[in-house]
Amino acid sequence: MAAFLAVFRRDLVLGARIGGGAGVGLVFFLMLVTIMPFAVGPDMVLLARIGPAILWVAALLATLIGLDRLFQADDEDGSLDLLRMSPLPLPLLVLAKGLAHWISTGLPLALAAPFLGLLLALEPKALMAVTVTLLVGTPALTFIGAIGAALTAGMRRGGLILSVLVMPLMIPVLIFGISATSAALGGTIPFMTPFSILIALTLFAFVSGTIAATLAIQNAEG
Amino acid sequence: MRLIVNGLASIRSGRPVFSGLGFELHSGEALAVTGPNGVGKSSLLRIIAGLLPASEGKVNLEGGEAEASLGEEAHYLGHRDALKPSLSPYETLSFWQSMLGRPLLDPDKALTQVGLGHAAHLPSGYLSAGQRRRLALARLLVSRRPVWLLDEPTSALDASSEAMFNGLVGEHLASGGMVLVATHTPLGFSTRSLKMQGAV
Repeated sequence: MAAFLAVFRRDLVLGARIGGGAGVGLVFFLMLVTIMPFAVGPDMVLLARIGPAILWVAALLATLIGLDRLFQADDEDGSLDLLRMSPLPLPLLVLAKGLAHWISTGLPLALAAPFLGLLLALEPKALMAVTVTLLVGTPALTFIGAIGAALTAGMRRGGLILSVLVMPLMIPVLIFGISATSAALGGTIPFMTPFSILIALTLFAFVSGTIAATLAIQNAEG
Repeated sequence: MRLIVNGLASIRSGRPVFSGLGFELHSGEALAVTGPNGVGKSSLLRIIAGLLPASEGKVNLEGGEAEASLGEEAHYLGHRDALKPSLSPYETLSFWQSMLGRPLLDPDKALTQVGLGHAAHLPSGYLSAGQRRRLALARLLVSRRPVWLLDEPTSALDASSEAMFNGLVGEHLASGGMVLVATHTPLGFSTRSLKMQGAV
């Protein structure tokens, strides 16, 4: 447990310090959302209607930005070798790194969403819905992405391959994230139906992402 | 405590690197692994550390803790120093201490031993190559592990740091540890030697 907390804390500290790159995804998210009204035009009704989708797509892309460094940074400088020689089982190591990564990259996106939603003329109810679904959905994005990050850890410039690998796997999260948001704004489906599936996807991603990333690291010949 | 390597073979991406390698190492002994570049010295160390699978053969540690794997009984010092530029030496060592378990020396004491006491709270990014190497060596002191696997440990070290390194290895051997060094340069402590030849 001490080792789990140690690696969790170290990754948070590394992310927050200069060169850690925790803020890059957030800035990218901000950029994507701010240029949208310029591209779509000053049609408030249209913006409000597609706003939740814009926020979700932007959050998904912003998540992809920092993912390539999740294991690559430790692989490059040899830390990953030593982490593997720790008594901490590898799946728990992956879990700790994934959680720390989500807190420094995914959580800020969900917290920034209501403010950026204002730029897209979202109503208060929609702001709430987007924030809640992002809060629940972004861990799934991080942990699905961790699989790709582990597979491309030893590759130079693996970021693009990572995106191509994991993007299709993230589509279900996107679908149910947005359908939960639109269900909250009205329609015939109750909010909880797609939202429960979103929660299920996140829980599934915790387990499958952790195990798959563990196998990828174990089988990487380095 | 005994480290027994038996009939070890390694194949890297289809190419046989070495085969039929065997030796025994007892507590308090050091073994220098020598041989030309590419003969598989680093692979041998990585296999013993559990970081690479062996294609044949076995590595056993007798007399270690029952539940610990060999990787958990060994310190590995590779070519790369495993340092983060934004963490200070003190932070680095206390992280590895909680990560590797079985605490031995305090990070402060370990830094003083390798002569980095004055730089304990500076970001590691400011350290020179030799200082980074000494910090990597200090990692071996914060956690108690009987087997030291060292890959070219003295690269980038100056003469006085080398003497310091020899002293650390001597203490470790005296306390019943064992050391496996892959090296090209003569070492300042007595070792048995294993000369590796390329696979035919």
